[in-house]
Amino acid sequence: MSGLEDLYREIILDHYRAPRNRGTLSVPPAHQVEGFNPLCGDEVVLYLDINDGAITDITTAGQGCSISQASTSMMSNAVKGKSVEESRKIIRAFKALMSVHESHLQGAENGPTEGPVPDDVRLGDLEALQGVVKFPVRIKCATLAWNTLIQGLDETSGGS
Amino acid sequence: MSSLSVAKIQEDFPILKREVNGKRLVYLDSASSSQTPTSVLDAMNNCYQNTYANVHRGVYTIAEETTSAFEGARLAISRFIGASSPSEVVFTRNATEAVNLVAQTWGRTNLKPGDAIVLTQMEHHANIVPWQMLAAELDLELRWIPITPDYQLDLTNLESLLAGAKLLAFSSMSNVLGTINDVPALVAAAHNAGALALVDACQSVPNLPTNVVTDNSDFMVFSAHKMLGPSGVGALWARAELLEAMPPFLGGGEMIRDVTLEGFTTNEIPWKFEAGTPAIVEVIGWGAAVDYLEKIGLAAVREHEAELTAYALDALADRFGKKLTIYGPLDIEQRGSAVSFLFEDIHAHDISQVVDEEAVCVRAGHHCAKPLMRVLGVPATTRASFYIYNDTRDIDILVDALVRAEKFFGV
Repeated sequence: MSGLEDLYREIILDHYRAPRNRGTLSVPPAHQVEGFNPLCGDEVVLYLDINDGAITDITTAGQGCSISQASTSMMSNAVKGKSVEESRKIIRAFKALMSVHESHLQGAENGPTEGPVPDDVRLGDLEALQGVVKFPVRIKCATLAWNTLIQGLDETSGGS
Repeated sequence: MSSLSVAKIQEDFPILKREVNGKRLVYLDSASSSQTPTSVLDAMNNCYQNTYANVHRGVYTIAEETTSAFEGARLAISRFIGASSPSEVVFTRNATEAVNLVAQTWGRTNLKPGDAIVLTQMEHHANIVPWQMLAAELDLELRWIPITPDYQLDLTNLESLLAGAKLLAFSSMSNVLGTINDVPALVAAAHNAGALALVDACQSVPNLPTNVVTDNSDFMVFSAHKMLGPSGVGALWARAELLEAMPPFLGGGEMIRDVTLEGFTTNEIPWKFEAGTPAIVEVIGWGAAVDYLEKIGLAAVREHEAELTAYALDALADRFGKKLTIYGPLDIEQRGSAVSFLFEDIHAHDISQVVDEEAVCVRAGHHCAKPLMRVLGVPATTRASFYIYNDTRDIDILVDALVRAEKFFGV
């Protein structure tokens, strides 16, 4: 398998071509949060409905490269309907998948989502994004949606 | 075909022998930074190995030799742009620093709250942000010359935009669109309105014959690393009387005539603006780059690039038709070699990644010109740009690589 096919796995291209959970939610009650990647102009907009400590709904908007948009789509699937606590565990596990190289690039990010990497989280399809690690400049594309989600959770739940 | 012997030129660039992913390197990003010929590397190496010492200080032999090579490079660079005196060429870290120098010295002493500066919507950040910073500090007004649907400056309201303005700062060649702007005409319009004119010539000095005297501008900025020279050095050219009147920029050694505990007096131009040890070896390398370009001749450089650009525009249109949108003039007379495009829905970053598999280097992104990208309504474009070491074979490889991207992303 060439490096390129390792990066652009079929599941990634599928999420890119047919992104899940696209759209907007009314703000309020939903919370809107935006993330940008200044390197290539990737933009992710998330709409979060958080009720009783759970992400009851999430929709996404924005534009960007296949990696950023596929990662956004896959992330929205992974956390939709999950509790905030469980979502943070998924975020930690995903960032661990990416983290070694990212910490080289921009320094480790600290925050309420930092913590021990959970070993009871199954990332499933998300593991397809692991090929990105071989292309360090693209890691930011893959983590953009996740960092934006962290920001959104911090703003709404105060780290609960 | 052009008079340039590209195969021979390619021999002069060691990096072009390099392979990426087992394929010959196809470098199509010279608008971002150009590659370096052996003669430039040799000049720099020779300095370090045989004459290196600080400039303008020692009286020993090698210090004299290095100073002479350094000031010789300044003379060569000043002649290359048609300046009447080398004292009008001030070395900076890059063109960006040169714009900041003008903003912080000429700008701060000559502008007052309410004054206007006119810019264009096709500027890159280097010719926007220094003025925004100054505008915020001094409460200045920034006015913008818009662009037309065919990617030219829209000069319909130029007179009213310039009315009462103190400075017109514009690019002579857009790094995104490739558009060549009419420098003498824009300078004349600025002068008629009583404004000075600053030309961002980063893209044009490497590719078009330049003459600051016939341009009649007041300030011009450019950099070494886009014209076969090393990174780390750029220059401001300004008319001597302007430089004389401007206060110094950074303070330190070299820029002083005398220093006492009470204060200092400034050195003569251009050294008044060159505080600290300069990029000695890089300047010498830049001088060698100018020698190399002069041997080829800028008219031949321009002719070669125009042919390659025409070939590229035709090849892209033939192969991809309406799937590919060019952002820039299609008339070769009106453009340089930077070809920016959007390929269906495939993001520029993904295109760049796929063509890299074929060892093709293209730029993807906003090209440090985000306001322009907003005007164009695109988040990012892919840009191929050509220089003296490129040939039509490189363009064929680019087109084939784009076919691969098209298959990959299934548009």
